[in-house]
Amino acid sequence: MSAPVAEVAASVALESIHVRRGAVLALEDVTGEFAAGSLTALVGPNGAGKSTLLETLTGRLQPVRGRVRCPVPRPEIAYLPQLARIDLRVPVTVADFVALGDWCRVGALRGIPERLRQATVEALHQTGLEALAARRLAELSAGQLQRARFAQLLMRSPRLMLLDEPFAGMDEETTTRLVALIRGWHRGGLTLVVVLHDRELARELCPRTLLLDRRVLAWGPTEATIAHHRWRHVA
Amino acid sequence: MSGAWTPFLEFLFLRRALVGSAILATSMAPLGTLLILRRMSLVGDAMAHAVLPGAVAGFLLAGLSVWAMALGGFVAAIVVALLAALISRRTREYEESSFAALYLIALATGVAGVAATGGRVDLTHLLFGSVLAVDADGLVLAAVVATCTWCGLALLYRPLVLATLQESFFDGTHVAMLVQVAFTTLVVMNLVAGFQVLGTLMAVGLLILPAAAARHWATRLEALLGLSATIGLAAAVAGLMLSFQADLPSGPSIVLCAGLAYLLSVIASALRAHARRLDG
Repeated sequence: MSAPVAEVAASVALESIHVRRGAVLALEDVTGEFAAGSLTALVGPNGAGKSTLLETLTGRLQPVRGRVRCPVPRPEIAYLPQLARIDLRVPVTVADFVALGDWCRVGALRGIPERLRQATVEALHQTGLEALAARRLAELSAGQLQRARFAQLLMRSPRLMLLDEPFAGMDEETTTRLVALIRGWHRGGLTLVVVLHDRELARELCPRTLLLDRRVLAWGPTEATIAHHRWRHVA
Repeated sequence: MSGAWTPFLEFLFLRRALVGSAILATSMAPLGTLLILRRMSLVGDAMAHAVLPGAVAGFLLAGLSVWAMALGGFVAAIVVALLAALISRRTREYEESSFAALYLIALATGVAGVAATGGRVDLTHLLFGSVLAVDADGLVLAAVVATCTWCGLALLYRPLVLATLQESFFDGTHVAMLVQVAFTTLVVMNLVAGFQVLGTLMAVGLLILPAAAARHWATRLEALLGLSATIGLAAAVAGLMLSFQADLPSGPSIVLCAGLAYLLSVIASALRAHARRLDG
């Protein structure tokens, strides 16, 4: 499997960040580091600030106190928000949607280069969507749509990948495919942060875990973090 | 049919109105398609209403000049767009009623402004358009705006589609905001250019109705853009004919024709869905 290879792995350090969401302080005094090339499960109960942390890493939200040391320029951060944040009324095909992932490098006016066409075919192949390339996004099932979003991520060559509940509501086959893709990215040297609700999946997939409930409850090797804090299964 | 064309051959003002509204229809309809997809129909409506007080202010300052009234309308609509953006950022749950409030305020200000001119401006013409109103300057304005729109849409197309599909794609950059600003500016320019022939109340009709009608037929975005422009063009031509023959203001005539296309599309779409249910 060809995964995008990061030229220089990226580490991200959080220095005592406090982040507000409306009137609520969603994150409080979060300190720690996502090491270069690490794969971290981000876990915690609903409302723990997991999505807020990802949105802070993308730069959408700014900490009211503290600092994020993220040496990665924004185009090299790939962020997959929860499935609900995509507007299916826009009638584009799966192939177009996937190709748009590389928009930054193609630009606004140029024709679609052959390299991009081939990369699109390859991304569709890796996610098992070849047969659905000409379908509209709105015609896909939730699992197929999630695969299309992963195919779009494949089109980019990010150094930091942030995935918000990528397996929520997915069937076993889709989960297996997506897990394989994430493993490929990890081997390729990307720094990955994945919001998960499933303890077994965290154990299986992620060497490190950050347990969050507005504050850092634990941040370290997955086994130790889970055992130490008797993290309850919240899925 | 040739009889219907005769007035256009005969009268220069009708030819001007035809060319002006045809140009605007092909620029407004594709823009409206993206406006609907971006869930901005209501904002578009509020901005259209804001053109009225702006145009009146332009008239009070500089007299009956297309450029002064257009500039006034442009500034007022941009102010409303900024207010709408501020409101939707601060009070998400009351967005809809806030936009309604904005356009009521804009409309009331405009009508009060017309009264202040002491009858020198014909309110009906401003609100509903007039085929007689399109002069050479108005045509130049329409052509400039349409050219800017086509070029602007070509430049914005990919980031606009991406930002509409998934705004988070551009998180942490200014791309989404820049795209939104450029897009809103294009919408306002079109509303302003449309006020002569369509009137400020009706200008939004060519933006929304052809696009809404096309959504019932086209399944691809490119087809949607092309079809909405075609429906808009047909509505503009048919509407002007209706306006001349039935002695109606041009704005409502064009909007009625676009509205008819919309209603027929809704019915056809409902019949298709019914037939599918019977088949399945």
